[in-house]
Parts: sequence; C-alpha cells; structure tokens
Amino acid sequence: MPEVALRMEHVYKKFRKGEVFDSLRDLIPAVTGRMFRQAELSASDKREFWALQDISFEVKRGEAFGIIGPNGAGKTTMLKLLSRVMKPTSGSFQVNGRLAALIELTAGFHQDLTGRENIYLYGAIVGMTKREITAKFDEIVDFSGLEEFIDTPVKRYSSGMNARLGFAVASHVNPEVFLVDEVLSVGDTLFQRKCLDHMRNIIRSGATVVFVSHNLKSVADFCSRTLLLDHGCPVAMGSTSQVITQYMGLLQDHRAADQSRPVVISKVAVRDSAGPCHRFQSGQKAWIDIEVSAHEQCRKLAVALYFLDGAQQALFTASTERLGHGNASLRRADVLRCTFEVELNFGPGIYYPSVNLFRYENQELLDSWQAAETIYVWSDQDITGPVNCFPRILSQEVFRGASSGAETDAKYKRSAREAFSPAGCGVDIADTSR
Amino acid sequence: MKHELQELYRYRELLYTIARRDIKVRYKQSVMGFFWAILMPILIVISGVVVRYAFALASHSPLDTAGIASIAVKSLPWAFLVSSIRFGCNSLTGNSNLVTKVYFPKEIFPIASVLASLFDFFVASTALVVLLFVFHVGWSVYLLWVPALLLMVVLMATGIGMLVSAAGLFFRDVKFIVEVALTFGIFFTPVFYDVRMLGEKGKWMMLNPVAPLLEGLSACVVRHQPPQLSWLAYALSFSLAILGLGYAFFKHLEPAFAESI
Repeated sequence: MPEVALRMEHVYKKFRKGEVFDSLRDLIPAVTGRMFRQAELSASDKREFWALQDISFEVKRGEAFGIIGPNGAGKTTMLKLLSRVMKPTSGSFQVNGRLAALIELTAGFHQDLTGRENIYLYGAIVGMTKREITAKFDEIVDFSGLEEFIDTPVKRYSSGMNARLGFAVASHVNPEVFLVDEVLSVGDTLFQRKCLDHMRNIIRSGATVVFVSHNLKSVADFCSRTLLLDHGCPVAMGSTSQVITQYMGLLQDHRAADQSRPVVISKVAVRDSAGPCHRFQSGQKAWIDIEVSAHEQCRKLAVALYFLDGAQQALFTASTERLGHGNASLRRADVLRCTFEVELNFGPGIYYPSVNLFRYENQELLDSWQAAETIYVWSDQDITGPVNCFPRILSQEVFRGASSGAETDAKYKRSAREAFSPAGCGVDIADTSR
Repeated sequence: MKHELQELYRYRELLYTIARRDIKVRYKQSVMGFFWAILMPILIVISGVVVRYAFALASHSPLDTAGIASIAVKSLPWAFLVSSIRFGCNSLTGNSNLVTKVYFPKEIFPIASVLASLFDFFVASTALVVLLFVFHVGWSVYLLWVPALLLMVVLMATGIGMLVSAAGLFFRDVKFIVEVALTFGIFFTPVFYDVRMLGEKGKWMMLNPVAPLLEGLSACVVRHQPPQLSWLAYALSFSLAILGLGYAFFKHLEPAFAESI
C-alpha cells in the first residue's frame, strides 16, 4: 500500500467561455464563415479562462483533507477533476485505490424504479458489485430508515427521502478514497447526526477522505489539513484552523473590494475585553465591530445584527435603528463603524454572528453577510440547547410513599409549598451574594 | 486501447444494471408490457404486407406465405437496429446527470441501449418462431448461419450507436438527422421486398451494408439457402470498421463529455 492516497501535481484546467456551437446548423455556417475571416480566430483564444491554476497537493492514506474557497474559487471544477469526470488541461493527477464520490446523491436514481431497484443501480454506479450490495442491502435500508417504502417508486419519495437513500447507499461503498461535497446537510437533524457519526466512523476506519465544502463547520470538525482556493489559485494550505482564519480574512477583502453595490458591510470582527476572540464562556460579554463602506451616497442606513446557530436558525436579532440609535447617512467613500455589545447567553455550541444592512424607510436590504464570523460558546455546566437560562437546582427531595393516602399527601403539599416559598428563595439569594 | 477495454470489462456489472434499468423502465411505463416489444415489428410486417400486396396486384403474381415470412424475418433485425440506434443516440444526453457527476466508461450507455433493444428482439423472436411454425417454413442446416448474421447486426448497431451518441452530445440536431435517416432508411433497405425483385440493379441495394445481412437471414431461414458469401464479407468488414471507428471516435471525445453536455 503506497503512503500517498491522492496526488495532484501542477494541475491546470481551462474552460472556454462565450459561444459554443451545439448544433451542426450553427457550426457549419460559422466554420465556413471563419475561413474568410481569419481575424476571428485570435479573438476566440481570448475567451478562454482558467478555472484552476497550478494546484499541487498530496493526501496521505487515512487523512481527512479539506478544500474550501468562496464561490467561483474552482471547488466544483476540483470535484470534477477528483472524481475523474473531467481531465486536467495539463498536470498530473493520481489516485491509489478505489475512489467513491458522495456527490449529489440522487444523481444516479431513476424516478420510475423502486427504492430497492435504485439501491442496486446506484450501488453499481458507485462501483459496488451485485454481491456486495446484496450483502449490505439490509444494512443500507436500515440506515436510510425507509423499510416501508423500499418497494415504492422513487418518484413518490420526498426529496429528503431521496437524499437519505442516496447517502445510505453511498456511505456503504467502503472505498479507499472518499470524496465528499455538501451532501452532509441532507434530511432532518437526526439523520444529519447519523450521517456525521457515520462519516466519523469512516474516517476512524482508516479511509482517506477529501471534503470539498462551503460548510466550514464540517471541514473544521473532520479535516486536519485544508487547502484554500481563490479564483482558481491555491492561496493557502496547512492546518485547518489557520486556513479557516485566512479564509475569513479573504472573504472580508473580497467584500471591501466589491464595487457592484452602493454600500457594503466591509468588516465584521468579534472581540472580548482583551482583544479579538472566538471562544466565549456562556454569559460572557462580547463586542462586535461592524464596518460599512459606501461607494455611493446612501441615506438612512440601519445595521442589524443577528446570530445563526449551527443549523442556520436565526436566534436573535437587533438593529441600530430599533435600539434607538437613529440611522446614519453616508456620502461617497464614507465609512460607518458601529459596535454592538452583547451578552452571549447561548448554550454551548457554535454560533455565527451575521449582519444585514437596511435602508430604514423602506426596509430595502442593501447588503447582507450571513455567518460573517464564527464563535464558539462553552459552559462549565452540562446543558444543551441554543439558550442558556443559567439553571440552578434549588431543592431535590424524595417523599417515600407520598402519593398513597390523604395524610401523606397533605404533608407532601405542605412541604412542597415550603420549598417554593419566597422564604426558601430568599435563603438562596443570600447564598449567592456570599 | 487495451487498458480501456479492460476497464469496460471491470465495469460490466454496471453495464448489465443500466441495460436492466432501461428494459425495466420501458416496460413499466407502458400498460402493454411485453407486447411493446413486438408492436414495432408487427407494424413493420403489416406495412410490408400492404406494400407487397400492391406489388402483387401490379405484377399479377400472387403473394405467398414465404414472402410474408421473409418480411417478418427481416423486420425483426431492422426494428432492433432502429431501436438501438434511436435509444443509443439519446443515451448520453438522457443521462446527463450521470455523465457529469460520476466516473465510469461512458460507452456503457450506448452499449446498454443495444442490450436493451436486443432483449426486445428476443421477446419478438419467440413470437416469430411461432409464426414460422404456423407458415410451415421448415428448417435446414443453414439456420446455423443465423447467430453469426445476428452478431454482425449487433456489432453494427453498437458501432453506429457509439458514433451517434457522442455526436449527439456535441450537436443537438444530430438526433433529428438520425431520426430522418432511420425513417427513410427502410426504403433503401430490403425489408419490404427482396433484392432480386430489383433485378440487375439489385447489387446497388446490396451496397447498403444492412442489406446483405437481412438478405442472408431471409435466405437461411425462409428459402433454405446459404447467404451470398462475398456480400457477407463486405457487410462483416463494414460492421467491424464502423465498430472500430465508433469506439475510437467515442473514446476520443469522452474526456470532453462532462464539460460540453
């Protein structure tokens, strides 16, 4: 077994943009026309564009490797090269071992076939033999949780059921190299957790995994090393946490340079009393600095801050204007800075401060930046859920046989009243003040 | 080349699965089920009988059962050829989500179309065998030629299928050109009539590489004669050439499939 599972060396990929002839009817006149006009040929050369430039990396056996980047960075092209659907224009690419791609799970399904038939079809597509599928069939069905519907045509499935079935098959392939894109976000939360656990098991079992993703959380969770792409070029490669920090910086640079909007949110940063900070104790205070840059004159701006949790649910919203801070008007090249102070009464977990920029009068959304920052909240209490209500147990007593017989019942009621009486509370308040 | 064929062999299970899928889907969608497989040949036979009846009236020679049996024998391979080319032509564009997302040798698609059509062919063949019994056509040692002749038809269908499927991916109007060619092809192929009805000019008809194969089948099964070997050699070389050309063309264009579809 070679040490290197996957190697890319100086890979370039070129696409042609603009008009491509897709019918003979257009092609024949174009070709004959071109014979007379030589000049057009050189013009067509300029329509090329490089989707990937000079990419080199190695993934070792058993390693989980991430590839991240903003939209248009070349992630999709990278996936197609890795899954060998496309060939690089130049450079070499080599995989040692069986590679399976967990890409768009339902691509292989045929809508008229039943779930059972599709398991066999999809299994064959991802490279399993019929015997392997039969051996794992029950396991696959069990994982998908679709026993009742396995003989129903897939066209009657909901999209969630489709995706569950797809993931169930694809994750039982047992490949040596596993290629994963945004597919882990299918199904309900319960199924997602199942998928993530399964991914962890796959990684633990020694498979090599390449993640190509927008989802920084799953990259941060799984990958030890990460490659950052931007406009088709490798920007950084190294430990995942460093590369993610660099990616955040890159996003901010991109935003500030964006001239297409009249006004942009150019910077979002989180700090504690000491300085830049991403880890907070539940209940701790945090300051969020927001910078807005105007490329044109803008009036009556309102900045709204909200938090997303790991499942992209908005938890809390506040805006400058609603907090009674009026609204600002900017002229060309002006910069607006504001700072929100918040108390992070969140439960332990990952949260994404996000910012919206409104024009106050008509609630027109001028710019929005989802998940502009990432913060981790921890608590020394073992609690779950998105909020922290700072619970304390004031009393816990056992009344033996209390529910049988009126006498003991009355006794229980009395003592329960005492336990929740203001007097009891008062003792406790005095307790905390110590 | 050798490496590519090995890879195709490695993916043979996928080939069978996709062929099975194509068959299943075709039969599931139609209420007629297996009748679908013989519908097309039956239509060809009926139109052939009408044409031949008109010939018979014009030439004052009666239409015999051997004539009808000959049309039936020739219409099945013709229907097979038409259906595998027609389905083959759409096989890549119809599976674009697989072409752009998963890696495997893509010639599986046109080949699976041929296999699925071959399945229809065998279903219809059982009906044909019954018909031949009813007509008391009888049998002879020349029936041993039939598998070889059918194999040539299959090779030709595979070659043409690969050619048009790859071309159809890059140029969307190839599909219409193929459709027109298949519709009018029956007039340039001896399905409804025999080549000898054209007399001396018949040899021009034999230049159509499908003609020697259909004529050969008719000779072996109905007339109990050996096929014309010289024309058969011509058809065989054409089949092999179109297969080689189709495969080379397909493999040459395959790397560009995902970005052009």
